Amino acid sequence: MTTQAGAAVAAAAQPTPKAKIVKPRRNWADLLLRIVAGLVLLYLFLPILVIILFSFNKPAGKFNYTWQGFTLDNWLHPFKYPPLTEALKLSLNVAAVSTAVAVVLGTLVAIALVRQRWRGQSAVDTFLVLPLTAPEVVMGAALLTLFLDFSWPAGYTTILLSHIAFEVSFIAMTVRARVRGFDWTLEDASLDLGAGPTRTFFKITLPLIVPGIIAAAMLSFALSLDDFIITYFVSGSTVTYPLYVNAAVKAAVPPQINVLATAILLVSLILLAIGTLYRRKKFVG
Amino acid sequence: MAGAATSSRQRSKIAPYLMVLPALAYLAIFFVVPFFSLARTSLSETGGSVFMPTMEFAWDFGNYIDAFVLYRDQIFRSFGYALVATVLCLLLAFPLAYVIAFKAGRFKNLLLGLVILPFFVTFLIRTIAWKTILADEGWVVSTLGAVGLLPDEGRLLSTSWAVIGGLTYNWIIFMILPLYVSLEKIDPRLLEASKDLYSSAPRSFRRVIMPLAMPGVLAGSMLVFIPAVGDFINADYLGSTQTTMIGNVIQKQFLVVKDYPAAAALSLGLMLIILVGVLLYTRALGTEDLV
Repeated sequence: MTTQAGAAVAAAAQPTPKAKIVKPRRNWADLLLRIVAGLVLLYLFLPILVIILFSFNKPAGKFNYTWQGFTLDNWLHPFKYPPLTEALKLSLNVAAVSTAVAVVLGTLVAIALVRQRWRGQSAVDTFLVLPLTAPEVVMGAALLTLFLDFSWPAGYTTILLSHIAFEVSFIAMTVRARVRGFDWTLEDASLDLGAGPTRTFFKITLPLIVPGIIAAAMLSFALSLDDFIITYFVSGSTVTYPLYVNAAVKAAVPPQINVLATAILLVSLILLAIGTLYRRKKFVG
Repeated sequence: MAGAATSSRQRSKIAPYLMVLPALAYLAIFFVVPFFSLARTSLSETGGSVFMPTMEFAWDFGNYIDAFVLYRDQIFRSFGYALVATVLCLLLAFPLAYVIAFKAGRFKNLLLGLVILPFFVTFLIRTIAWKTILADEGWVVSTLGAVGLLPDEGRLLSTSWAVIGGLTYNWIIFMILPLYVSLEKIDPRLLEASKDLYSSAPRSFRRVIMPLAMPGVLAGSMLVFIPAVGDFINADYLGSTQTTMIGNVIQKQFLVVKDYPAAAALSLGLMLIILVGVLLYTRALGTEDLV
């Protein structure tokens, strides 16, 4: 995923109430439409199926590009290559730390933007969209020149600072989209009933906005874990998971890359399922 | 009670400013200042020896002219590829988004989840998978070859179409989601009304669905076009030296050749072209409702 994902994903997650659909007449055009849609869905999954399939491959040489034979070895030894494991650990670390910082910065902005009207609000709104309109290669280049100008050695810190920079806008937009319909007079009610501002924040505001924040944080975590282009510019000799994969393409691609990618996909699938079930339960009971 | 509410509002008059301050300060340092650095670098002059290169600020606008003369092909190619990829995304995404919005019934959320799922696999690994699929010894090439549909080159990998295909695949999700959001908002009764008033299906599509889907088309095409035009991974993995894009040049000049002024001029030039393009595009489609 790229930084631009934010608003799109956030918006798609919001259901709109609508009128009941009258059962449409089935005709050939309708059928054709369904078939085309099915083919497009298949197209989306084709590379994923290849990735999963090749995680069971027994590659003959250094590259895992042609099917040689079935094996479970790769799955039994997913951490066979320490540099790959180290790179993945580093990426998880960067994703967690940068998201934690960006969530605080981004959520504060989102709440300020939707809670009340204030002078300069729309300027801040526009400014927040700007980082999402810069192609990653330009953003990476700009950050690189900054670090060069100030002679900051590239490494863990510069990666972290850059990731926070592209996550803040993203989180602010996502949380804002989620808390737009929130009834802010509940806060006043709480204050009227004698709760202090701190107590009101923890008892009223936070519980209401937490689902939006969690969704934004998960997407931001995924963005950070997946980021290659910006990281490539500011990493120096530090190797994150995508950077390891990129180096592997030029030298040797172990099937463990496919194993870890499939494992990450499975974890995402489980999280997605839990999220859906949780939401359904909340609506039903 | 009204008094209390007002007082709580008055108390928090400076609160919004305090709340946006940390993020704005952060973005000022790590988003605005970097662009000043980039602009400064793009106007600098390199000097010194090969072993001790120096760089000095000199208002050297020649860097821009040099960069654009030297890399004209890559610039045109990037915009061409990104444009074709955006159109392909639109053509592929529309039927899927339409079916999810209008025909999926209770499978709507499941389908949406399925659409998002592939994008939880790292972008690079998805692209490597396409390398496998399009490989010369792969079944796609042999099947197409048997049917006689293979392009003149006799292969798929390392062609322009492989790069465009990669760009299309990697960003199609950003077309599907905004399109779905726009279509989902359309009241199906509008379609029934247009049918009742004896509009043909194609006419209903043109006069009812398309105008209402426009915000999604606009947002989607920008969300696809912008990252695609700056990308260098697809050209690197799926293309050849004949398909290099502007991102490849920027990346190489910055990280391999280390000709910082030229690379900075190219990056900033790209950004400016995109900004102008986005402005013209939003004007042309006449909607301010972005995402």
